[in-house]
Amino acid sequence: MTRLSQSFPADRAALVAFVTAGDPTPTDTGAILDALVDGGADIIELGMPFTDPMADGPSIQEADIRSLAAGTKTADIFNMAKEFRQRNPDTPLVLMGYANPMTIRGSEWFADACVDAGVDAVICVDIPVEEDESLGDALRAKDVAVIRLATPTTDAERLPTILNNASGFLYYVSVAGITGQQQAAQASIEEAVARLKAGTALPVAVGFGVRTPEQAADIARVADGVVVGSAIVEIVGKYGKDAAPHVRDYVKSLSDAIRAAREV
Amino acid sequence: MNDLPPNSYRNQPDERGHFGEFGGRYVAETLMPLILDLEKHYRAAQADPAFEEQFNDLLEHYVGRPSPLYYAERLTDHVRETAPEGKGAQIWFKRDELNHTGAHKINNCIGQILLALRMGKTRIIAETGAGQHGVATATVCARFNLPCTIFMGATDIERQKPNIFRMKLLGAEVVSVTSGSATLKDAMNEALRDWVANVHDTFYIIGTAAGPHPYPELVRDFQSVIGKEARAQMLARTGRLPDLLVAAIGGGSNAIGLFHPFLDDPDVKMLGIEAAGHGLDKQHAASLAGGGPGILHGNKTYLLQDEDGQITEAHSISAGLDYPGIGPEHSWLKESGRVDYDSATDTEALDAFQLLCRTEGIIPALEPSHAIAAVVREAVKMDRDQIILANLCGRGDKDIFTVAEALGTEI
Repeated sequence: MTRLSQSFPADRAALVAFVTAGDPTPTDTGAILDALVDGGADIIELGMPFTDPMADGPSIQEADIRSLAAGTKTADIFNMAKEFRQRNPDTPLVLMGYANPMTIRGSEWFADACVDAGVDAVICVDIPVEEDESLGDALRAKDVAVIRLATPTTDAERLPTILNNASGFLYYVSVAGITGQQQAAQASIEEAVARLKAGTALPVAVGFGVRTPEQAADIARVADGVVVGSAIVEIVGKYGKDAAPHVRDYVKSLSDAIRAAREV
Repeated sequence: MNDLPPNSYRNQPDERGHFGEFGGRYVAETLMPLILDLEKHYRAAQADPAFEEQFNDLLEHYVGRPSPLYYAERLTDHVRETAPEGKGAQIWFKRDELNHTGAHKINNCIGQILLALRMGKTRIIAETGAGQHGVATATVCARFNLPCTIFMGATDIERQKPNIFRMKLLGAEVVSVTSGSATLKDAMNEALRDWVANVHDTFYIIGTAAGPHPYPELVRDFQSVIGKEARAQMLARTGRLPDLLVAAIGGGSNAIGLFHPFLDDPDVKMLGIEAAGHGLDKQHAASLAGGGPGILHGNKTYLLQDEDGQITEAHSISAGLDYPGIGPEHSWLKESGRVDYDSATDTEALDAFQLLCRTEGIIPALEPSHAIAAVVREAVKMDRDQIILANLCGRGDKDIFTVAEALGTEI
């Protein structure tokens, strides 16, 4: 938990970088994770591939298919996390995915595996607050943060429900839709972040549809974190086994823009 | 519902949408406010006599209800020819294939489009497997003048061409889904993706008694007209209740619609029939027989999956049963022991399809053909004075191409 809270610098926004575990194969993920860090990512979201990723757009769907076709198992994903943690004791690792792969062996099993692998937090796309007990209790008991999502459909009445028992950071899904599609208007992001920050002391990270360094910088001026996913996954899709240096360069362009964003 | 005994099998789900450990609301946060709003509107509709009146009026004058209860005399005789002395139960059918659009699906679509109108939604989406739910949805959208988009797996589009044309005639847009196995589950993924991007104006008419709460409950309630009618008709015709109910199960909406009004009749046994495809040891669509509990498409229920919780591909000759999950109430009814579940293979369903054509002059859909296969199996073991009531939930016109191909016949 401390590793996660320390990763949001006071003077700039954090860069949260997403990549699908096991894409294109389980043996390639280690180099890609290191490339994210080299490029300047402050927090890594490691996506657990799922056969039916119904909140994801085509880019992440295809990454999941590539990973599963390469034979990625849940045990492989925890091994990737564990090996990364041995190389890198500081960068927080957030597992992101869907309820079924996370709960199939029981929530206690999953929480123990997270602790064992050095995973700091979990985002489960299809476990809303209403079903929190199917995963959240076990994670919190082991000090693994449960990241909550707020969306454009989250009104003032619902926000306290989401914030109850939230930890780590608050993830603002800036578009009502699936990953990797259009980006929200800057004005609506600014309005939403201000509203969310009035309700919580947790850092607020903004994602969905962020692709260019300019977009990242705009968000970095108002939010505590910028999440980039599909654009990175597309680079992995394009370059496959040779993706790591390309990922590093792209992430560096985002990181440079975020670092310069508040200097103006 | 308030006058049910405390040990009733009809008092599910709880206020959070759970049927025992099953059901629930496993959706992305973006959808959660909408799901809560839908529940609020459904409760208001339940309390509004005008809603029930409009629903019943449309069922009577537009759908053509009540559907007949029919004693299948020649099928019964056929079974008795090979049954042991004194065996061979009477076989009765609830004729929901005679509904407008040719299946039970329309009952639910009428209910849901009335809800959509109450909520002020202006666009309808739906998923479909065999195309029956797609046709029923396109039908009510034409009737109520709402634009309609139907998501259908590319594989299913190939094997259900007549229904694609029907949907288009009715003014619907049919979106071909090529992801995953390109069947019903992938169509549902794509419908959920569309919904999450269009929550402000779009109502999702889910076709089976599955998905996030309150869908399993409201679909069951709308389909329960099947069991309510059948119970009253059977009492009026024979002065007694049936000994055994049989229905085919994909998601399980026709089965829960038939079973639910009988659940508190202890002497009525029930049998749900899943699709065993090529066989339970090969590729099939029998989630209860060959799967385990998991979370998919908004609910916790039995799923076909591997040890990591990845969903495995289902197979059935019947596109309407080709789904790796099942409605959560069936998972609960299985675990509670109130309903028995069994399966029938592609081959058994094909045999039953032909048998009903020849003995009763009824061309059944491949979905209820699975139930008919089980009816024949059970009838020979039961006494002659016993009664089996099966749901003939769809007609088979849409399936003649699939059947012809399976039988090696050119049309």
